[in-house]
Amino acid sequence: MSVIHDPLSEEATSRIIRAAVAASSPLEIRGGGTRTLSAGGAGRDILSSASLSGIVAYNPAEMTMTAKSGTPLDDIEAALSECRQMLSFEPLDVRALLGTGGIPTIGGVFATNASGPRRFVAGAARDSLLGVRFVNGSGEIVKAGGRVMKNVTGLDLTKLMAGSFGTLAFMTEVTFRLLPVPETALTVVISDLNDAQAAAAMATAMSMSVEVSGAAHLPESVRGRFLGGRLPGGAATVLRLEGLSASVSVRAEKLTAAMASFGPVGTLDPADTAQLWREIRDVHAFADGTARPVWRISVAPTAGHQLVAALRLETGVDAFYDWQGGLVWLRMESDPDAELVRRYIKALGGGHATLLRASAGVMAATQVTQPQGEAIEALNARIREKFDPAGIFAGNVATGARY
Amino acid sequence: MEQIGFLPPKAAVLARRDEIVGDLLDLLPEGCLVHETRELVPFETDAFVSYRRVPLAVALPETTAQVAAVMKYCHRYGIPVVPRGAGTSLAGGAIPQEDAVVIGLSKMSRILDIDFANRTATVQAGVTNLAISDAVSPDGYFYAPDPSSQLACTIGGNIGMNSGGAHCLKYGVTTNNLLGVKMVLVDGTVIELGGKALDAPGLDLLGIVCGSEGQLGIVTEATVRLIAKPEGARPVLFGFDSSEEAGACVADIIGAGIIPVAIEFMDRPAIAICEAFAGAGYPDDVEALLIVEVEGSETEMDDMLRAIIEIARRHGVKVVKESQSATQAALIWKGRKSAFGATGRIADYICMDGTVPLSQLPHVLRGTAEIIERHGLRVANVFHAGDGNMHPLILFNANDPEDAARAEQAGNEILKLCVDAGGCLTGEHGVGIEKRDLMRHQYAEVDLNQQMAVRAAFDPQWILNPSKVFPLEGRPAA
Repeated sequence: MSVIHDPLSEEATSRIIRAAVAASSPLEIRGGGTRTLSAGGAGRDILSSASLSGIVAYNPAEMTMTAKSGTPLDDIEAALSECRQMLSFEPLDVRALLGTGGIPTIGGVFATNASGPRRFVAGAARDSLLGVRFVNGSGEIVKAGGRVMKNVTGLDLTKLMAGSFGTLAFMTEVTFRLLPVPETALTVVISDLNDAQAAAAMATAMSMSVEVSGAAHLPESVRGRFLGGRLPGGAATVLRLEGLSASVSVRAEKLTAAMASFGPVGTLDPADTAQLWREIRDVHAFADGTARPVWRISVAPTAGHQLVAALRLETGVDAFYDWQGGLVWLRMESDPDAELVRRYIKALGGGHATLLRASAGVMAATQVTQPQGEAIEALNARIREKFDPAGIFAGNVATGARY
Repeated sequence: MEQIGFLPPKAAVLARRDEIVGDLLDLLPEGCLVHETRELVPFETDAFVSYRRVPLAVALPETTAQVAAVMKYCHRYGIPVVPRGAGTSLAGGAIPQEDAVVIGLSKMSRILDIDFANRTATVQAGVTNLAISDAVSPDGYFYAPDPSSQLACTIGGNIGMNSGGAHCLKYGVTTNNLLGVKMVLVDGTVIELGGKALDAPGLDLLGIVCGSEGQLGIVTEATVRLIAKPEGARPVLFGFDSSEEAGACVADIIGAGIIPVAIEFMDRPAIAICEAFAGAGYPDDVEALLIVEVEGSETEMDDMLRAIIEIARRHGVKVVKESQSATQAALIWKGRKSAFGATGRIADYICMDGTVPLSQLPHVLRGTAEIIERHGLRVANVFHAGDGNMHPLILFNANDPEDAARAEQAGNEILKLCVDAGGCLTGEHGVGIEKRDLMRHQYAEVDLNQQMAVRAAFDPQWILNPSKVFPLEGRPAA
């Protein structure tokens, strides 16, 4: 039986890790349990952040917050919304996609670098993370970064911690920057474009001085899954504008005029806008209760639709695009076809694919994260060794959940 | 006066000097190695001119392969390597040492690819910061980080220091605008991190390389993010009777949910110096001046400026100057942008770079004034107020060693004050040698050890820019 350690302090965490090292007993790091970080083989002891919870400091005028890693994201967002502030990177909630339960935590958000639609203009979770406290694999309590926006004092270990999926250390506290919630938001919808036309329309929109803060393309095959089927037309290319009301309407007018040359243009009100971008963020189209493989693919924006077109000729896929086309959510009909997917990514200029969902058997048999070159893997291994010489966290890898 | 130390030169390297020069001449094309003592002098320092060390040789490679060949050679023989962009570091990041080969990237200054559809530019590391914006400006784009030295400083140097600038309040610093690099590791291996995709797999190596001050490898190419230029930009100038009022006004602007593209602060001495130099029309009867710039359409700028001016009035603003034209806007900025140059005309100065939480600005300004007074010096404060990045310019006489020592001492005390107020030693200039020995004030031993361990994962022998960033004592054995 695996033991669940639920420390109340950094010191207690340190004792647990030192004991695990002494016993050569690896630890699985767990935040809110919305996805597993385990490579396979249950039975490892679990180190949970559940009892390291609470907002430590929040100063709205400085646009920063410090919270313990196990603080539920809901608590953070509730506190922020009282002061009309937000996390700029729109952390995605994977539970519906993966069919998991659990409670998203702020530590988990940063450990997985979970970032949504605004990421392509406002940066990812890693860009908002200013400072972190963690306990490394030797049980040492370390701080990195700080609580100011600009800080180049020493090596930026906070960046390494963001998106490290529990492979380097156990985060106990995070400090991050915030942004004001825009006064209003609306979405310009261009209907009936094919994927290539949509890519051109999105690139045009991004070349304009209208500050688009969301650019996604929802092909006809997935369009009905969003907004309860209320999106007009066939395929929907959607562009979000946010800010002061007067400014948003001026920009919407300008954008609408420019987009009219691509196809029929409509707009969504603030309420529909909020729902739509939440659904895009959470990969709603593929939250279908199945174990069909879902890839998260990051490529150059103009390469996204080319990748999908190439794959369509060889296998059964469905897809939609965020980040101006650079983030492809790809659902396979049956086999994940990892080799095929990665071969085309490489041919189209590079990027990477992570298998976020599949059946347990398929997950275990697939290289879920993108392999990198020998030199980089060697560097990664040396860095991991510097945080976790005993390999206590070595079993943690970036995966989703298994059905 | 107590001087900042360098690592003692390796006798074995110095003894082989001629042999090393001969080998490097073989590795590089003609005209790519500087080795005559007289010609090495221009490379002895950077913009932190109080310290100078003539290097063993300076390699000026033209390709990544040549950088790799030199790096591999130096690694083999344990020869220290100091990377150099344009040499504009204010912290001594590019100052060499007697046993070091400088790898200067001035010949690698080509823009390789501009891709508007994907909004990226791929450039060699020796391209200047401003050259990127200049190249894409006709098509309506710009590269956001804008350090004051942007005319001269290189993108490679910007990556080394994770440079910021006046406009990073809205757009972020280098690390937020960097998508990928090609870099040479210490053993000469060439790797590529990231690219045109927004994120890369695995550990965020790009994130740790950015701001590593040339200690993890040598970046030879970079892919950066381009942004569509805003429709317009307009500054407003405020004069206040006290720094406290100006500071409180900044906090309230941010607190009201308005993110201007820049908020710059100047105190009375800085106003006087800049006005005398630039004739920008700054008021001469105020204690503090703010320049707040907003961007967007005319409507948007009108709305934001109206809200900002209202906040300033609540804080008893004494002078409000709205710019009615591009000429007036340029004039408002001219004073601020000439601050360092104008200061340099009246005295020698050292520029501090501590960053503090916004709520601590008034406290730190008061503390700075006390420290300066205690040392019998003068200070002019010019800084990026929106993100708490302070730049006190401490004026002194470089010909008077005691005065110089006092200035350095006062600077150290100011930086400690910043750290104690919850801030950090350096917001955008880097640690270099200047703040190296203060690192223990900001970090506990275990924190520094973790950083040094990561550094050693890249460079186990500590040959890359080895006298920088980390205190010389207490380093892990190579």
